[in-house]
Amino acid sequence: MRLDQRLIAQMIEPGTRVLDVGSGDGALIDHLFRLRGCDARGIEIDMREVTRSVAHGLPVVHGDADHDLAHYPNDAFDYVVLQRTLQAVERPREVLRQMLRIGRHAIVSFPNFGHWQLRLKLLLSGRMPMTAVWHTPWYETPNIHPCTIRDFIALCAEEGYCVQQWMAVDEEGERAPWRRSIRMANLFGEQALFLLRREGECPPPSEES
Amino acid sequence: MNSTAPLDVGDHQHATFPDGLDLECGVHLPSLDVAYRTYGQLSPKRDNAIVICHAFTGDQYVAETHPQTGKPGWWARMVGPGRPIDTNRFFIICMNVLGGCMGSTGPRSLKPACAEGKVERWGTDFPPITIRDMVRAQYKLVRSLGIERLFAVVGGSMGGMQVLEWAVTYPHMMLAAMPIATAPFHSAQNIAFNEVGRQAIFADPDWYGGRYWEHNVVPARGLAVARMMAHITYLSEEALTRKFGRRVRQEPKDAQAPEASLAMFGDVFEVESYLRYQGSAFVRRFDANSYLTITRAMDWFDLAAEHDGELPAAFAGTPVRFCVVSFSSDWLFPTSSSRYLVRALNQAAANVSFVEIETDKGHDAFLLDEPDFDRTVRGFLCGVADHAGLA
Repeated sequence: MRLDQRLIAQMIEPGTRVLDVGSGDGALIDHLFRLRGCDARGIEIDMREVTRSVAHGLPVVHGDADHDLAHYPNDAFDYVVLQRTLQAVERPREVLRQMLRIGRHAIVSFPNFGHWQLRLKLLLSGRMPMTAVWHTPWYETPNIHPCTIRDFIALCAEEGYCVQQWMAVDEEGERAPWRRSIRMANLFGEQALFLLRREGECPPPSEES
Repeated sequence: MNSTAPLDVGDHQHATFPDGLDLECGVHLPSLDVAYRTYGQLSPKRDNAIVICHAFTGDQYVAETHPQTGKPGWWARMVGPGRPIDTNRFFIICMNVLGGCMGSTGPRSLKPACAEGKVERWGTDFPPITIRDMVRAQYKLVRSLGIERLFAVVGGSMGGMQVLEWAVTYPHMMLAAMPIATAPFHSAQNIAFNEVGRQAIFADPDWYGGRYWEHNVVPARGLAVARMMAHITYLSEEALTRKFGRRVRQEPKDAQAPEASLAMFGDVFEVESYLRYQGSAFVRRFDANSYLTITRAMDWFDLAAEHDGELPAAFAGTPVRFCVVSFSSDWLFPTSSSRYLVRALNQAAANVSFVEIETDKGHDAFLLDEPDFDRTVRGFLCGVADHAGLA
């Protein structure tokens, strides 16, 4: 399991209902079931990964974030997770709405387009930047909706979502040291990880955030 | 055996329920026979039983040589020691459906004795039955074996309809359901295919209004045509092309050339002789009245009918874990119908897995060698066993 998946798992209360959208090889839901006693299920777009997950006894359906979340009822889950996929969906705002409709919490991770290397490359070369994280040329990338950490926070404010927890994460998935300043995180964080709730449902802020 | 002689019912292992069965149509069947086979051992806690539901023309001989045809069990590659449905671990029950012709009560069974003591077969007088009636007959047998909760119910095609009906009718009697290559209702296209098959049977001069046994014949021609047509729907264009292409059959040299017009329409192409063989083999083991009764039961199948067309309502609050499987080249029960089912299950917040197996073998793929499918079946059952804490 990737390190950032470990960070996601730590955000999830034991014994809860979890939907992992884009569950890949099923590592996270397997972990959540075995070690945290969760009723964890997955949706995955790649049929080979689906078959592999089901063959490992994991409850995974073939489907995708854009088209299949609408078919779940309100409050079906305690957490809905979207890992490193928000930038590749057709309608990110609608996907977030669906996540917070069917789940009480949304956990979203995405690669940060505000990272200093990207800014610098675009400024100096005038070409679409390519880095270890953003490694596909513009004409082939599935990442059609890249955003920065500040963009995402602005969208959450616009939609009235409450950011219960956020962190910057490096490419290996290790938690990055930028914990207090969003501007610093937006400049130096390669990935971002957010725990959201619906408007007015945030608990009182804790020390660690 | 003469292929046109009425079939011998034979002696199949069965249980008789003298209290009969109340059918959905309102008729009471005075006595009920359920023919079945079991494999493996029922655990002391009686928690390892799996019911396998057979498809339309299948039967209870799922994992052993068929006593009449001498062919291997229809799912022997899936069910057995060390197989994906492992008889070393699970206790398997497979029953001939109500309305069938392999030992369970059906149109070929004898009517309960009339006043004059005359013995007569049901034939076309057999009451119309539904998929739910089939499942309720199976339920009686399962309970009679002392099983209060099934580990799983598994089946493909019409077997998958029974799996869904089990899950809707007895949701607390099973942990898991595996509906394969099936749909939550029979489509207009599938009803249409069934109707062509039925009309072929009715058009046979040997049909005799459904009382063909009184004339010591069976409507072999009509039944064979029905089977040939249905068989095409079980395959795919790719599979037919791969198996036969446009290859022409090599006639033996010494065969007397018939009239030109007959030669023109004889079984010139390999695909034709294949279908003819399938048709003629079928009439030796299947009863025409069963064919009619069971196709009608399929046509009436619609899980949402009781819920004003709202399929998710049929699964509301279900505790059953589902694994839905479709096959990419299946056009009889296409992936879209499985996806429709999966979305309804999601709407009911059911625990569901859904896999579409990539294959060019069409609807029949669930009976054939598909390694991804085998892994899915094995993995799903193991996962459920893990969750349930089954040893």
